[in-house]
Amino acid sequence: MSDIAIKTMNLTKMFGDFTAVDHVSFEVKKGEIFGLLGPNGAGKSTAIRMLSTLSRPTDGSATVAGFDVFKEDNKVREHIGLVSEKMIMYDELTARENLKLFGKLYDIPSDDLAKRIDKLLTFVRMEKWADHRIETFSTGMKQRINVIRALVNQPEILFLDEPTLGLDPQSTAEIRELIRRINIENNTTMILTTHLMGEADLLCGRIGIMDHGKIAALDTPVNLKKSVAGTDSAIFEFEIPNLDARILSSIKSLSSVRSVVQEDPTRIKVSSNGNDAFDLLIDDLRKNGARIQTARNLEPSLEDVFLRITGHEVKDSASNKPEQKRRGPFAMNNKRVR
Amino acid sequence: MSLKQTLNHSAWICWKDLLEFSRSRLRLVMLVLMPLFMMMMVGFIFPSGSSISDTPIAMANQDAGVANVSLGNVFVSQLEAVNNQTHMMVIHNATGFDEIKNMIQTGQTSGGIIIAPNFTANLLAGKQGDITILTDQSNPQISAMIQSVLSGVIGQMGTQTGAFNLNQTYHISLEKTVAILKPYNVAFKGIVPGTPNYFEFVAPGIMAMVVMMSLMTGLPHAISYEKDMGTLDGMLVAPTSRWSIIFGKVMAQTTRGLIQGIIILIMAMLLFSVVVQGSIFLVFFLILLTVFSFVGLGILITSFSEREETATMVMMTLMFPMMFLSGVFFPIQQMPWYMQDLSNLLPLTYASNALRKVMVLGADVGAISSEIIILAVFGIVLLAIAVPLFKRAMNR
Repeated sequence: MSDIAIKTMNLTKMFGDFTAVDHVSFEVKKGEIFGLLGPNGAGKSTAIRMLSTLSRPTDGSATVAGFDVFKEDNKVREHIGLVSEKMIMYDELTARENLKLFGKLYDIPSDDLAKRIDKLLTFVRMEKWADHRIETFSTGMKQRINVIRALVNQPEILFLDEPTLGLDPQSTAEIRELIRRINIENNTTMILTTHLMGEADLLCGRIGIMDHGKIAALDTPVNLKKSVAGTDSAIFEFEIPNLDARILSSIKSLSSVRSVVQEDPTRIKVSSNGNDAFDLLIDDLRKNGARIQTARNLEPSLEDVFLRITGHEVKDSASNKPEQKRRGPFAMNNKRVR
Repeated sequence: MSLKQTLNHSAWICWKDLLEFSRSRLRLVMLVLMPLFMMMMVGFIFPSGSSISDTPIAMANQDAGVANVSLGNVFVSQLEAVNNQTHMMVIHNATGFDEIKNMIQTGQTSGGIIIAPNFTANLLAGKQGDITILTDQSNPQISAMIQSVLSGVIGQMGTQTGAFNLNQTYHISLEKTVAILKPYNVAFKGIVPGTPNYFEFVAPGIMAMVVMMSLMTGLPHAISYEKDMGTLDGMLVAPTSRWSIIFGKVMAQTTRGLIQGIIILIMAMLLFSVVVQGSIFLVFFLILLTVFSFVGLGILITSFSEREETATMVMMTLMFPMMFLSGVFFPIQQMPWYMQDLSNLLPLTYASNALRKVMVLGADVGAISSEIIILAVFGIVLLAIAVPLFKRAMNR
């Protein structure tokens, strides 16, 4: 067996004239957490839906766990779990009943299933709540059950579509921790979509940056950041209360310095090359009598990567369209007054 | 995907749906109340027979009499004697047409009887005595009933009087006089024992209708709702046949419809003294067949509707005409011909017809074979159209 869990080739989905996913090709290794990062409407969810057999590709192909998502969809289904944007649970049933139903759809014998459900509930410390209805749970508790629901068939591959959307910070941390534990303990391959740079950075081994249906860049978080900064360059931020034109021009004249941006009257951002860049900067500033209050080494964030690669900030792809006029009650009132 | 697996998955999906349904107490209460209200409503608001009781009737005896004889008075006292036994009327005295007209207009009476001024004179002269019955045209059903009841009663009284006269005048025996005056003796007899009531007419129809309603509203709701909520994805992402989902949902809705059907049957028997003349198994078979004939339509609408709201709207639009056109509440024979043709296109018509024949008339399978075939064909054709569309809708 190869060590490739998922492979897509020119995977494409069109809705009418709109291309949601545009000839996307990538591979996900076994045991990896692969991130699809991008704004809402970038095509992440559509890609996940095609890979999890919920939607048929318009063009291209994909294999998941070695099976074709289109031709062998039922084979694929046996090996995957899905945590979708909307929780897949019945509010009026208990946690155990929900797990039982979905377990039964995978033909798991009752004895095995009962044991497995107990184990999963213990895994997320929800065993006390097993026989309570989902509707009585907090959102965080619901999401924990929702995640183990996707594990009931012991999938090799788990799809997580915005798993922390709408959760409070504590639940978000819990779910991220849970995702990591599942990945480590079961060696489960995961594809995770998110629009949060921090989440992708924290969880994913490799990240595909999606924008307008295409993968704009694909690499490890570290390499992606490096690609923005260049190999040996770094960005420093200084806060200097007595900043003046002389200090500024002196820094700009240094050969190691690539660019200087003044952010406000006392703050500058300096991008420079070389291993001794920081020493040179400090020496020059001190020579000119600058009082350095703070100095920080700014690592490029994935936000910077996204900005650099896509040429626009992380915002909804949809919102790039011309803004629609609001038709609120006030707009109507204005008309009437006039 | 083996058949056994498919059925097994269906059973679990059905289990889930019924469990979900049973978790709401209000829904359970409604399960019983809905058919009860339906029965009471249609059973009580529609006229439930051809008799009248305590109906206010104005009586204007204008008979002038001849000498001291007033056959008008005799007639009135005879009518009162009959009424004392049957209590079909409450008789108010009036002077003539104008007063009765006023009384009907003000709603004091539902009709009137006028005995002509020359009533006695005519009768004594060997002519017919005139009696006029006035009716309230604003209420055709009551008028028709008063007309038929009063003309029956008065006709009967006339026969008796005639027989008495013949007997007195020509000394013909009373038995013979009846044969002379009323040579034809008419008797009414149903083909099954007992007198029919309106509940017996509506109960089978309501059963068919409720089964149809729970399927037509329940199925699109069950599927579209899950689509909206995202839970359908959970079933679609499992190695489960699409058939399992449809079949599981249909099973759950059928069970629900069947339970409601049984509740209606029990209520009709206990509360409204309806007697099931035919085989109870045939009744259940027909209910299941009704389900089958509507499944396709339910799935069809589900596949067309993107959202639950749309599905519900389409359902309602289709269901209301069906309810009224299928002879559930009114006999189809009372409708104009074009409406009758339309109602012959609806499966509910055949379902309620067949159920009625079995429950009221005690018909056996042979007697309703055409209905059974038509319902089965409806089901097969609609399913043949619906299933491919549903599968396509699932893979959007």
